[in-house]
Amino acid sequence: MSLSNRHLLGLYGVPKEDIQLILDTATTFREVLERPIKKVPTLQGKTIVNLFYENSTRTRISFELAQKRLSADTINFSTSTSSTKKGETFKDTVRNIEAMKVDMIVVRHQSAGVPQYLTRISKANIINAGDGIHEHPTQGLLDMYSIRERLGRLEGLKVCIVGDVAHSRVALSNIFGLKAMGAQVTVCGPTTMIPIGIESLGVKVIHSIDDAIANNDVLNVLRIQLERNAGVRIPSLREYHQYFGVTTERIEKYNRDILILHPGPINRGVELSSEVADGPYQVILDQVTNGVAIRMAVLYLLGTMH
Amino acid sequence: MDIKAKIIDEQGLSRTITRLAHEILEKNKGSKNIVLIGMRTRGEFIAERIKTKISEIEKYEPSFGILDVTLYRDDFRTRLKQPEISVTNITFDVNERDIILIDDVLYTGRTVRAALDAVMDLGRPNTIQLCVLVDRGHRELPIKADFVGKNIPTSINEEVRVRLKEIDGEDAVYLVNAPK
Repeated sequence: MSLSNRHLLGLYGVPKEDIQLILDTATTFREVLERPIKKVPTLQGKTIVNLFYENSTRTRISFELAQKRLSADTINFSTSTSSTKKGETFKDTVRNIEAMKVDMIVVRHQSAGVPQYLTRISKANIINAGDGIHEHPTQGLLDMYSIRERLGRLEGLKVCIVGDVAHSRVALSNIFGLKAMGAQVTVCGPTTMIPIGIESLGVKVIHSIDDAIANNDVLNVLRIQLERNAGVRIPSLREYHQYFGVTTERIEKYNRDILILHPGPINRGVELSSEVADGPYQVILDQVTNGVAIRMAVLYLLGTMH
Repeated sequence: MDIKAKIIDEQGLSRTITRLAHEILEKNKGSKNIVLIGMRTRGEFIAERIKTKISEIEKYEPSFGILDVTLYRDDFRTRLKQPEISVTNITFDVNERDIILIDDVLYTGRTVRAALDAVMDLGRPNTIQLCVLVDRGHRELPIKADFVGKNIPTSINEEVRVRLKEIDGEDAVYLVNAPK
């Protein structure tokens, strides 16, 4: 079995079999991560560039660890320390890196579509690590893996994505992936944060967090992204917490079986109360561990493809 | 499957497994320090049968694990098809243990090389011994089995197919012509 595409640009249009293969492969790497020596020689001799045009801790470290644990050679590129400062264009930067014979490029960029563009100017396998407010496929995959790990399946599950859906690449990757796997997806948030016409993706829209908790198996709670100007779409963080914050009181009142996911970093006391963020309903740190396994699976499947 | 000869039949296989179990116990002086590790896919079932035999003979059950060596292979660049990987399942500590590595057919020795690396990554065993159902020759690496069910001299154009009830529905070993 191989993936049907040599790049991972998003989860839009990715067939169910491919997602299944990535999730199953990640199970193997989850075992490797539990070993005393957490390293396998599989990608020896492969060179991978991490091209990060936007700040990131979790995703970059996670990708870097995944690459090191597969024994690949890695180069990290970040805009603050590169010739981008000297005015070099994106295309020239990529062409130069390409000339150094790299096999794979992991890219994060503030503009949607950059990974797609890269496939046209580079021969390497391209992995999207987040492009603007478009997609973040490995996050979608690790969310699905974490849900499947806890609940045993994805098909038929009811999953609600809560928060600023309009400006979230995590939301979009989750919607595409979960729909492909046969889950029922709902989005919940204030009207200013739900894009008009999102129903056309096959999701339900609601505006009450109480309903969201009561009627779903899983809540994927998005971060209020102040760096993406979330402040102008809500009156205040305090008010957002009052109307949309996930709290222990709400969970205990409406649904004690709910599973809470969060892509991090958490704004404590905004989208999640501190008690929920550390409590028994969430799997936030499991998501981080699973993220390394998922990225190893993606790198392995693309890096050993013929 | 273009069969040239049936080399081992059901009864023969059962006797071979019994002998291998006795040989393992004899060489290790019945030690309770041994652990059996079967290599996916068929080595896993042979290991399980040897385990059952050892429990019958010695009245105790040795630890048992399954090893998947895909991630340690050396042919990722040359193979036409991407190999499928599955999970290694070794839940015990391998440090200071005597490991019996079990596989169905020993051929080039490359899978065993991968398995040695994989086991070493789990710890530092006391010894690693190799047990195979069939040794068909043509080694490409300096590797030798400690316990051999049957030596079968083969030509490069032949293949040895081990079929086991657990996955193939029958117990037998065949010599076949390699598909062109």
